[in-house]
Amino acid sequence: MFELKNVEKRYMGVHVLKGVDFRIDDGEIIGLVGENGAGKSTLMKVMYGAVQHDAGSVLVDGAAVNFRSPRDAMKMGVGMVYQEQSLIPNLTVMENIFLGFEKPFVRFGAIRWKKMAQAARRQLAKVKLDIDPATITSHLTFAQRQLVELAKVLALEERVEGRLVILLDEPTSVLSRDEIDLLFSVVRALRRRASFIFVSHRLDEIIDLSDRIYVLKDGSVVDVLDARHADIGTIQKKMVGRDINTEYYREDRQAPYDEDKVLLELDHVRIAGRGNDVSLRLHAGEVLALVGVEGSGREPILRTIFGMLKPEKGTLRIRGEPMRAFSPARSVAHGVGYVPRERKVEGIASGMNVFENMTLSQMRNYSRGGVLDIGAERALAREWIGKLSIKVPSEYADCGNLSGGNQQKVVLAKWRSGGSEIILLDHPTRGLDIGAKVDVYGMIRDMSAAGVGIILVADTLEEAIGLSHTIAVIKDGEIRKWFNCQPGAKPSLYDLIQHMV
Amino acid sequence: MNRFLAMDALRKWVPLLVLVGLCLFFTVVNPNFLSLRNFARIAISATPALMVAVGVTFVILMGSIDLSMEGTVAVCAVLFALALNALGGSIAGWGWVAIPGALLVGAALGAVNGMVHVMLRIPSFMASLSLGFVGIGLSLLITGGNRILIDDPLFRSLLTVRVWGFPLMAYAALGCLLVAWFIQDHTTMGRNFYAVGGAEDLARASGLDVGRLRIIGFVLAGVFYALGAIFAVARLGIAETETGRNFMFMSITSVVVGGTALRGGAGGVWNTLVGVLIVNVIGNGMVVIGLADYFQDGVLGLLVIAAVYLSTNRQSLSFVK
Repeated sequence: MFELKNVEKRYMGVHVLKGVDFRIDDGEIIGLVGENGAGKSTLMKVMYGAVQHDAGSVLVDGAAVNFRSPRDAMKMGVGMVYQEQSLIPNLTVMENIFLGFEKPFVRFGAIRWKKMAQAARRQLAKVKLDIDPATITSHLTFAQRQLVELAKVLALEERVEGRLVILLDEPTSVLSRDEIDLLFSVVRALRRRASFIFVSHRLDEIIDLSDRIYVLKDGSVVDVLDARHADIGTIQKKMVGRDINTEYYREDRQAPYDEDKVLLELDHVRIAGRGNDVSLRLHAGEVLALVGVEGSGREPILRTIFGMLKPEKGTLRIRGEPMRAFSPARSVAHGVGYVPRERKVEGIASGMNVFENMTLSQMRNYSRGGVLDIGAERALAREWIGKLSIKVPSEYADCGNLSGGNQQKVVLAKWRSGGSEIILLDHPTRGLDIGAKVDVYGMIRDMSAAGVGIILVADTLEEAIGLSHTIAVIKDGEIRKWFNCQPGAKPSLYDLIQHMV
Repeated sequence: MNRFLAMDALRKWVPLLVLVGLCLFFTVVNPNFLSLRNFARIAISATPALMVAVGVTFVILMGSIDLSMEGTVAVCAVLFALALNALGGSIAGWGWVAIPGALLVGAALGAVNGMVHVMLRIPSFMASLSLGFVGIGLSLLITGGNRILIDDPLFRSLLTVRVWGFPLMAYAALGCLLVAWFIQDHTTMGRNFYAVGGAEDLARASGLDVGRLRIIGFVLAGVFYALGAIFAVARLGIAETETGRNFMFMSITSVVVGGTALRGGAGGVWNTLVGVLIVNVIGNGMVVIGLADYFQDGVLGLLVIAAVYLSTNRQSLSFVK
């Protein structure tokens, strides 16, 4: 039996887990559901020892334990099957299974491969996977790798006393229907050896596989349901169910967009690696939100529009002109700006100051014959620092030291000052505090009013509904449903979720 | 947070403090160190190295590395000397053409280097190391292993004519350094070097042509290697394959000791000036206090490790390969 009692966790002042109680009995399968940001992944991390809780206790068979690392947790029989697969692709299957636990196979400092292969075969048999343990892992399919991960965790059985607790984080997101069925049958067959905690966005799978379902919202467990009596609708209501404040998203400032002016058009564009066509139109002054669960294919659409991915077929038109070359340089030249999710990687150059960051995409406008006009750059930076009330000591401040909200303002200023008319926003408010969020919402409204077309991948559904004129629901890489989002006639969370999962 | 900022501010000045500390140390041990004559000696030995180190600074700022300088310097030096002698033997006559000619050769070698790196997608480490050997071989092929003597008094005046105790070449190198600083701080090219070195994905997402920029960086480095070659020839009056010798370790050491980060994006040509001076002060100071020269190499090696340890913020690196 594995238990959490009143577990608390804060990250930099944000209360992520608020007194979570959780219990799993031997042989039980528990489903764990919640929106993005509800605290699911933090809760999982506490369970398998990747982060330490601030208060409360973790109990294994009634005894309090303190996991300082995933390895500690593994010694107590708690193992994790990662969503981002944790197998090392250039090693063999058996090396991966026993990575860090090679000791039983070592004699006089040398590994006895035959003995390891035998042991690996035994683990693979548990998950009904019939492959040579000496296969290089990168040669396996995703489904096979998922089973190897499971076998790796099951290998703990021989090293720890008592039953195992195995965490499955979104194990089905990359699998086909048949592979999912296979995985589920393996999990069910393993119940007498281990209990499972299963996290998924697909509620039908959760109901199908689990015994009980924990619903997490804003860092607390809001309900524990018996899976036999649960249905998708009630779970969804418990997952969301909060009031949307129309003031917050500045809905009063939402003006109708210009229907005659199409800025961007995707005409049956096939996104690389996805089988489906995507068609959409973005008008001047429109905010178009793409909603869908993690991994549903929103980001590849943005990246294709920005030229970072080349479409397999179809036509992409910017202001009616079909694009032939695909590169960020082309997109920037055509007035497309991209505010990426990973601000630290693709948004802000830390080590460079405010004006250097702002003019990076438009240095041609601030130089003559390759010689920079630093005076003009500084004037531009000062103008936008004032316009967006960016809190910096001066335009010489290193952007790496700014708060997330101020960094985001610098990124937006960079594209706006360069005259970008099509702006792609990927999670623009991720990691920002409330005040900074409201500022960003205000900037989005300002841009709309100035005739800029915006494609938004929002941090939450409420944000998407609150900000957008139009919503496209994406599932498995294709647009499943369009919603019109005029103020006063906005769709509800429930309307959207129905088409997402 | 404040403590980190303070550390960062301090880290910036570490190389200069080390330079001052070294000068004080050698002066205390032997007061002769602190004389105009000795400083002029340091300046002469540092001049060619400064040019080569400034060249490689641009490449390192981009986060790449260039190890081809020994070959490039050797080729530029012998071609320069051959051209100068063939064109009348004096830069007062048509011989001056040899100077821009050498710079063009340096640029061309740099271009080859950059194109091999970018277009064939070979890591800059490997591409430049290999092409450096090709350059050394090429210079041997041209000279047949012989030395080429230069006895143009006007050209040699770079060394022989002194103003306020320092030879002309020191002032010429200072002029080139100012040009390098202008490129670094006041041109789009220089700004882009920092952007690519600091955040390559961001640079690409901002619409920069990163591949083209890298090639330009290697070309610029090649031009400065050629300048280094010309000063090296002026110093000794001789051009041969050996002219390029030792520049690789010296220049990379100088750049790193000066505080330019090997991962790119931070540092610059003024750091390199300080680094070159540190390396040459150590070399000179050890002679002045009477240590054997095999000590110098050992001390320099330790110094690089100390410099990397002090100048990089390893907390931000999760993993060092």
